[in-house]
Amino acid sequence: MTDVLDWTWQYDGVILLTGILCAVAASLPGNFLVLRRTSLLGDAVSHAVLPGIAAAFLLTHSRTGAVLFVGAVVAGLLTAVLTELIRDIGSVDEGASTGVVFTTLFAAGLVLIVQAADAVDLDPGCVLYGALEDSPLQTVRIVGTEIPRVALTLAGVLLLNLLFVVLFFKELLISSFDPGLATTGGYSARLVHYLLMIVVAITAVASFEAAGNILVVAMFIVPPSSALLLTTRLSRMIWLSAGIAAISAVAGHFSAIVLPRWLGYRSISTAGMMTLCAGLCFLIAALFSPSAGVLTGWVRRVRLSLRILCEDLLALLYRIEERGSVPGGAGRSDVSNGQSGVFGDAGFEYLAKKLLCSRRLLILAGWIQQYRGNLVREGPAWRLTDSGRRVASLLVRSHRLWESYLATEGVGPGRIHRQAETLEHYTSEGLRNRLDTGVADGAVDPHGSRIPREDDFRIPPVS
Amino acid sequence: MSGFWQVADFLVSVVADFRPLAPGVAGSFRDRLSSLLLFEHYNTRVVVLGAMLLGLASGLVGCFTLLRRRALVGDALSHATLPGVGLAFLLAPLAGYDGGNRLVLLAGAAVSGTAGALAILFIRSLPRLKEDAALGIVLSVFFGAGVALLTVVQQSSAGRAAGLDRYIFGQAASMTADDARLIAVTAALAALLIACNFRSLTLLCFDEGYAAAQGYSIPLLDLLLMFLVVLITMIGLQAVGLILMIALLVIPAAAARFWTNRLWVMLLISGLIGGLSGFLGAMLSAVFADLPSGAVIVLTCSLLFFLSLLLGRERGVLVRSLRRRELSAAIDREHLLRGIWELRESAVEFSGSVVERRAAGFEELLSLRSWSIGRLRAQIRRASAEGLVWLNSEGAIELTRRGVMEAERLVHHHRLWELYLITHADVAASRVDREADAIEHVLEPELIARLEQLLLQRQRSGEIPASPHEMGGFQSQVGSVASPEGRQS
Repeated sequence: MTDVLDWTWQYDGVILLTGILCAVAASLPGNFLVLRRTSLLGDAVSHAVLPGIAAAFLLTHSRTGAVLFVGAVVAGLLTAVLTELIRDIGSVDEGASTGVVFTTLFAAGLVLIVQAADAVDLDPGCVLYGALEDSPLQTVRIVGTEIPRVALTLAGVLLLNLLFVVLFFKELLISSFDPGLATTGGYSARLVHYLLMIVVAITAVASFEAAGNILVVAMFIVPPSSALLLTTRLSRMIWLSAGIAAISAVAGHFSAIVLPRWLGYRSISTAGMMTLCAGLCFLIAALFSPSAGVLTGWVRRVRLSLRILCEDLLALLYRIEERGSVPGGAGRSDVSNGQSGVFGDAGFEYLAKKLLCSRRLLILAGWIQQYRGNLVREGPAWRLTDSGRRVASLLVRSHRLWESYLATEGVGPGRIHRQAETLEHYTSEGLRNRLDTGVADGAVDPHGSRIPREDDFRIPPVS
Repeated sequence: MSGFWQVADFLVSVVADFRPLAPGVAGSFRDRLSSLLLFEHYNTRVVVLGAMLLGLASGLVGCFTLLRRRALVGDALSHATLPGVGLAFLLAPLAGYDGGNRLVLLAGAAVSGTAGALAILFIRSLPRLKEDAALGIVLSVFFGAGVALLTVVQQSSAGRAAGLDRYIFGQAASMTADDARLIAVTAALAALLIACNFRSLTLLCFDEGYAAAQGYSIPLLDLLLMFLVVLITMIGLQAVGLILMIALLVIPAAAARFWTNRLWVMLLISGLIGGLSGFLGAMLSAVFADLPSGAVIVLTCSLLFFLSLLLGRERGVLVRSLRRRELSAAIDREHLLRGIWELRESAVEFSGSVVERRAAGFEELLSLRSWSIGRLRAQIRRASAEGLVWLNSEGAIELTRRGVMEAERLVHHHRLWELYLITHADVAASRVDREADAIEHVLEPELIARLEQLLLQRQRSGEIPASPHEMGGFQSQVGSVASPEGRQS
């Protein structure tokens, strides 16, 4: 496998490690950005890196990493503070004030960069794209082994973020969902907000050098959003988002190796591919999440309506059997030798019309019930089996019990049928028996039809 | 469409042919400045015109996104156009077009921008995820895809030559006449779309529910609004870059909001601010050679924003703090007048004599409420300037005839509300004074009339009812409430 991928641990392993560290580190505080509905603050804060570095350089004329780092973090924090300030004193929309602040700071940064262009070598393109591919090149020597510098920084940031989330879990939880409660609980929601912003700024600055703006902004927002679609528990959401971030990083790196070769190009941006994979994870979550997925929801709705159609089919056949005939002579009933049901095209049309469904759906429902052994289809004839008759009788029993109950509760006679039609599909045996004791006359429904007993068609146990 | 091109051509030619073309920029700063102010250089004219039109158009569109509380949708959608540019470049040769062709790239940008808009609507429809997450996801994922595609494009020499990275940073200074023409056409198209859909867009921003009840499709309207944003950004991106585009979509509209509460005025002001900052920014960066034009336009725009934030006539900080001060001064005045009047009243009751006592001592007034000496002094000075009170020879404060009338009106309001609270809202008599204190300043004449009708059937209208609670000033009342005996009484 390593041959196929042209894989070398010294090179690819480091890129992968850096990508995973960056992704997971960003996704941890990102959960709270998403929950507080300030996701775009992550974007804004990470744009402040440019002006921060430029200002730090112009103020101190130092090119030390630490000085530029602090400058960038301060600028990131400034973005968050100014955004709140303008929102509050100008009563401006939060989004608008974010937009004003970060574009202004970024523009100021560009002007400063041009002023400092002769002295500092900062490629704006590098800020946005990131040079994840270069991460193995710079190393520091620790305890005799060469460790890539950015990986070391990012590991530190990951540790910091993990500590932050674990130590302040309760405070973050409460202040994210109920700032008022946090204040009455004795700590300032505002303070927690600024702590979070410091963490976000540090993460953004530490990541930008290794992975650029895109990866960190995406990992702030996309994995937590995917996790939020999958669960509603905060602790589970955090672990899930970290997992999704790591998976995106791995998948992104592999696709960055494989994809260009298929398409005949030399290389493709690794950070871009990692972002794209995170987007793919989000799409999967949005489609297939058990509780919130679009497709799962659709399947659930279709299955429910099919179940109801299948049940209605049995109940209708039961009623035809009970009545002994179908209008138009499409069916007949001969209970004496168990030969009853619906026959021919006319009967089929009658069923489709009564059940308000297309012919194709009706055939599907028929198949399903045949498969379950509730229905026999002999050529053009559809008739109930014994077990089908039992299921149908219980359904009709539920229906007629509900009608009786609703009538005693004073629901008008014109409305009881439709309500019972809905309720019959959700009625258990226990509920049926309670309804039975609750209604005045448990033998006949308000329309005069006999209410089947619970054990009318009970299949006798095999002795 | 050809009509648009003609209009655009005309616009460009009017400005471009204003002066004969001058040979290259040279000479001293003064020469540069004067040549700029006379629009001697074709390039300068084009850049200034383009930046101005772009600012104007994005100012118009920005108003609606701001009012829809989706100010940063420009941020998301401008990022979302990028993968379309890359894809168009890569795929155009397959369909027999030149990948560097600008219209092909623009078409790609429009398609992926619209896809981004649809993605925002889709994510917005998912449970638990809010607006910000939708914008953030579209922004980052589309941008990631765009960057990945651009790194591929950059590997071919044609791709490098097409200068696709210009789409991210932009170079307003290198705008060509074609760019300016395109901007003019798009701006006109955007303005036309806004004019045609003015009513529905207004409803979308202010009352979504009502718009839906009127039969408008909200997702469709949202899509229209986002398409307008895409239209502006795809033109603006290559001319001025990502960050400037976001700024132009957000800042002018946010600045205009401080000046007015009327939508069409806001549109005008926002377009004006956008156009002005485009104009000034482009001029500044032409005069000072080492200023990047895009950044200077943003900074000009921000400057106008902060001026509006301070000075805006409707919601500016100064106006609002002035309004607050006026309100609190009016409240203080009403408290003062009522205080003097009630002191006089209780003195009459206490002595039982008919000797009218009109004046109130400063110390007495000071103990009435929790106001500082300075505040009370200033208040008395203001009231005497208005002719409501005067200082008599003993240094006591006395109501003038007008002051008495005003005070009687206020006491009347206060006691009506107290009575109402006691008889209809079941509030304890010891608490009504403070509750009425808060509301007496904002009672409308119609409400007073209804209260009179409700409470004072046997009294003549306008006559002041007796106080329903024990008098004796605010301070003593606080004391009585605080002590348990007081609460029992």
